[in-house]
Amino acid sequence: MGKEIFYFLIFPGLLFSSFIGGFLSWFDRKITARVQFRKGPPLLQPFYDFVKLLSKDTILPKNGSKFTFLVAPIFAVFGAVIAAVFVLLPTFGIQTGFVGDIIVIIYVLNIPSLTYMIGALASGNPLAAVGASREMKLILSYEVPFLLVLISIIIKSGMSIKLSEIIAFQTANGAFIGSISGVIGFIVTLMCIQAKLGLIPFDMAEGEGEICDGITIEFSGTTYALVNLAKYIMLFVLPALVVGLFFAGMNFEGINILWSVLKVVLVVLLLTLIRNTNPRVRIDQAMRFFWIWMNLLAISAIIFAIIGL
Amino acid sequence: MGKKTVIPIGPYHPLLEEPEFFKLYCDGEIVKDMVWETGYNHRGIEKICQTKTFEQVFYVVERICGICSTSHPFAYANAVESIPGVEIPERAKYIRSIVGELERIHSHLLWVGLAGHFLGYNTVFMWAWKYREPILDMFEIITGNRNSYAMFTIGGVRRDINAEQATQLLKVLDDVKEKTDLLVGAVMDDPVIHARLKGVGVLTSKDIHDFGAVGPTARASMVDIDVRRDDPYAAYDMVNWKVILAKGGDVFAKAEVRLLEMYESIAIIKQCLEGLKKSNQGDIKIKVKEIPPGIGIGHAEAPRGEVFHFVKSDGGNSPVRHKIRAPSYTCIPTFRKSCVGGTVSDAAIATAAVDPCYCCTERMTQVYDYSTGKKIMNAAELIKLSQAKTRDLKDKKV
Repeated sequence: MGKEIFYFLIFPGLLFSSFIGGFLSWFDRKITARVQFRKGPPLLQPFYDFVKLLSKDTILPKNGSKFTFLVAPIFAVFGAVIAAVFVLLPTFGIQTGFVGDIIVIIYVLNIPSLTYMIGALASGNPLAAVGASREMKLILSYEVPFLLVLISIIIKSGMSIKLSEIIAFQTANGAFIGSISGVIGFIVTLMCIQAKLGLIPFDMAEGEGEICDGITIEFSGTTYALVNLAKYIMLFVLPALVVGLFFAGMNFEGINILWSVLKVVLVVLLLTLIRNTNPRVRIDQAMRFFWIWMNLLAISAIIFAIIGL
Repeated sequence: MGKKTVIPIGPYHPLLEEPEFFKLYCDGEIVKDMVWETGYNHRGIEKICQTKTFEQVFYVVERICGICSTSHPFAYANAVESIPGVEIPERAKYIRSIVGELERIHSHLLWVGLAGHFLGYNTVFMWAWKYREPILDMFEIITGNRNSYAMFTIGGVRRDINAEQATQLLKVLDDVKEKTDLLVGAVMDDPVIHARLKGVGVLTSKDIHDFGAVGPTARASMVDIDVRRDDPYAAYDMVNWKVILAKGGDVFAKAEVRLLEMYESIAIIKQCLEGLKKSNQGDIKIKVKEIPPGIGIGHAEAPRGEVFHFVKSDGGNSPVRHKIRAPSYTCIPTFRKSCVGGTVSDAAIATAAVDPCYCCTERMTQVYDYSTGKKIMNAAELIKLSQAKTRDLKDKKV
């Protein structure tokens, strides 16, 4: 029992993943700033932001359901932490997890997005409602290709539905990124993660210039700090999952520790570069993109996986 | 029709630099109707002008807009000078055109940046504004100010452009042209930008005539109007250039018109600098002793379209009536046509596409040290600092 609590609260759960997520968030912001000829924030800026938000007033919406509004961000952090534990334990090679944990991971990865939606809808703000409806459509569009890619990975790893076994298979037979289906799957997953994290070009749920940060518009003070915390954690968990699924997980022995860190940083760098070289697309364009192009790519990945490429 | 939700854009919104209020009546994401409210920013400029002398009015109308701060003095100069019917010296004509076109370049670069920002393309935003900086520095070298140049006066201009400044300006223009090529490539060839802007906020040429829209908004719908060619003023009939038109009337066409107009502006400035070289050491100003009774009408092509000024004089030293019509006044009503039927996302960029003129000015009077709360600089010292920077720029120390 004590071990589980340690996993959830300290390592690799809340404390560890939010720290690493904060640093990755700084990395994202720094790269963005350098691309845009700006100086960028200092290393600890994400933590300053978090602490500052905690000290600010939390303003409650007048016409909304206050209880749901307040509880939603807490559940967002819970969901992110559970996802962190389930993804990071096998990826780090600490614990093997249980059979079918990949299916649980699919579910818990959606909890933060769903709770933002619930919180936004509970606030009663029309802009937040637009943001929530966009987030819902976005979830509906990116989930299908994401699942299809996972199917291709399960086929490749010899019908294993356990993340640690998938990683072990890759350690033995080479990372999936070295195969055709792996490359296609990686591209599709990268797009899905871009949408899951709400980064440009799929940030229409926030859409700063259109609906003033839509889905998070009413969050303030502590609630907004928690929303940010969940985002930091997800910024670490999702790239870590990609590393687990395509780059044979992480290894912390000797020089391998450098490679493990580089893998995560590389994925975050790709996400950052995509978000800095594209404008925001419309929600109908995003849906078409995922439903047609990404699904076709994912299905081709499955076909390649079946014929063993 | 289902229940309609009101999505407010404004009065304070990241899309708007100036308080304006657009109510979008939406059914889901589709905009069904739109109501716009302006007037949050009324400053009574026309009334203020009547209390100033003809000379002073230049510096009042300059502050109508911080971005196109030479187009209003331009139109006002045309209006006032048409009352006595004076012809300004050739050198002054060239200098006026140079300032006007430099302003067009920086205004269009600013719009490209803002449009990128509204699309969430912050890299274009930052890059366009970085490339705009040399133009503002050039303004500082020529006129002494980055904005609100105080360059025009009745009968000519107040400052000359010498040979050294001309060579500096040519260098900056070559640099800007290179950067414009880069931006044009980034915007015109990007498939995602095509998907986002093509067919959005379409205005047909009939709509343009119905609403009386002007400037790049009209030219993007193949409506061939440009005051610089239709009623030439300053040096525009002494140089070769062409009016940029685009088909489609959508946001992409408007971006295209603005981007290509920058090349024309660069060409105009280069020819004006040639003209300045020929009319070496001529007068830059003639003395206009008094403004006789009568009415003067003047217009000028601002970066956003036609600016119209009407001035009435009774022979005294200040106008008895001064009427101003800015281009956004006719362009903003087109929103009802361009936004209704599209989605909320499209409405955001369609409203930005006419480049509504945001007249915002901020003033800083004192600077405090953050940690100790000690005063560091007051307004006079800031002005001194600014003047020192201008001097350094002119001596090329920066």
